[in-house]
Amino acid sequence: MDEALLRSLIPGVLAVLVRRGADFAAAEDAVQDALVEAVRVWPADPPRDPKGWLVTVAWRRFLDATRADAARRRREDRVDEEPVPGPVPTSDDTLRLYFLCAHPSLTPASAVALTLRAVGGLTTRQIARAYLVPEATMAQRISRAKRTVSGVRLDRPGDVATVLRVLYLVFNEGYSGDIDLAAEAIRLTRQLAAAIDHPEVAGLLALMLLHHARRAARTAADGSLVPLAEQDRGRWDTAAIAEGVAILQGALARDRLGEYQAQAAIAALHADAPAAEETDWVQIVEWYDELVRLTDSPVVRLNRAVAVGEADGPRAGLAALAELDDAAPGAAGGAHPVPRRTAVAAYLHERDGDPATAARLYAEAAREAPNLAERDHLTRQAARLNSLRGR
Amino acid sequence: MAKYLLLKHYRGAPAAVNDVPMDQWTPEEISAHVQYMQDFADRLEKTGEFVDGQALAPEGSWVRYDGEGRPPVTDGPFAETKDLIAGWMVIDVDSHERAVELAGELSAAPGAGGKPIHEWLEVRPFLSAPPTITE
Repeated sequence: MDEALLRSLIPGVLAVLVRRGADFAAAEDAVQDALVEAVRVWPADPPRDPKGWLVTVAWRRFLDATRADAARRRREDRVDEEPVPGPVPTSDDTLRLYFLCAHPSLTPASAVALTLRAVGGLTTRQIARAYLVPEATMAQRISRAKRTVSGVRLDRPGDVATVLRVLYLVFNEGYSGDIDLAAEAIRLTRQLAAAIDHPEVAGLLALMLLHHARRAARTAADGSLVPLAEQDRGRWDTAAIAEGVAILQGALARDRLGEYQAQAAIAALHADAPAAEETDWVQIVEWYDELVRLTDSPVVRLNRAVAVGEADGPRAGLAALAELDDAAPGAAGGAHPVPRRTAVAAYLHERDGDPATAARLYAEAAREAPNLAERDHLTRQAARLNSLRGR
Repeated sequence: MAKYLLLKHYRGAPAAVNDVPMDQWTPEEISAHVQYMQDFADRLEKTGEFVDGQALAPEGSWVRYDGEGRPPVTDGPFAETKDLIAGWMVIDVDSHERAVELAGELSAAPGAGGKPIHEWLEVRPFLSAPPTITE
């Protein structure tokens, strides 16, 4: 039994049922039933058309369940009125499902869970494990999400940007345990890119591939973070980089720039450099200028300050950091400081030859760090500077 | 989503508004309090925000290594001056605002006279996994 094949068929089958008028939650139940049946029957009697087989069985299950319902008469009428489905491109169906699972009425967490379940075909248990919550909690989260979108009609195209944000969230969750969410996000984005011709979909796929390519070099054997400049570039996945760059170039040629393409362009410039010192920081600053124009996010302004510090020297970087504080009140340590702002300031002060200020800021940044790996990394930086000064 | 720990203290937290020791409540008031906590946890399970929760016994000891071949040192049974944690709940929510909102709701559990306790709860975010894209 090819589990990967089975999983890849789920969204298409589900989408056919939804298009034929099945309520989303009921359709999902019917597809799960059909999968169980497939696992039982296929090893001895493999179908010639697996997807057609699944659609037939799932649709029959859906009708059985619907007929058993109290509102039998009314629903049967609706089923009778349903036109016999004609040939419809598979991609359209799958696309409907992406839009449904990323519907704006869902919270980001619910959209992510529903996408992994309905489009990704993961089990509730696998999703719960990946997010480190009890299975019952994840089951509730998914069934609430299904209820929320059960009345949504998909008669017009949804918002691609919302779908991309959900996939980006999945990717950034990284991986834990047996489910690699980054790889899953790449698989789903690939599938989306095959179904829809949109430069930002290509941009996001390129961005994911370029970051995924560096994964093996990103952490040391003991799990500690390795900064970009110190990574062993020999461990980067050159095939993934080549693919990401090719996809990005195709997208940029369309001349409809968006934030994912711009981010991917920055990642590509890092990937292009044979050594950290050979990074084209001037071009990276230019891409950050585009990103600021597209998003005006304080996080982007912060990253731009790092790039300016590399391109024009630490003083220029610190000046860019001061601009960020003016643009985002409170950024310098108010109620909602920009994450990692202190760490960036520490780095720029160190490069500017002020280890005392840098050490103090690294220690402060460590206290603010949202995760253990970063906290440990920043604490080591502070300790390194303090021990140098103590000598 | 981010996980938060809600900590309930026996001692060590600032005094509650309705600060009457539990053994001076009526049995009905205690039942109402327990029911409120249970309903709260059940509701969070239904919203997909519940991770775990446990109550802790008030007895606890500080323990310390005392050198090779020696038994660990404990501070004895006397704990009067210590901060004591009564229980905890872990939630998984969309935002810090939601965590604060839920902690506020939990702090409104009924106490003496059937009135909310207004006790202080500690809200602590979990350290998360590092995101893939940080640059």
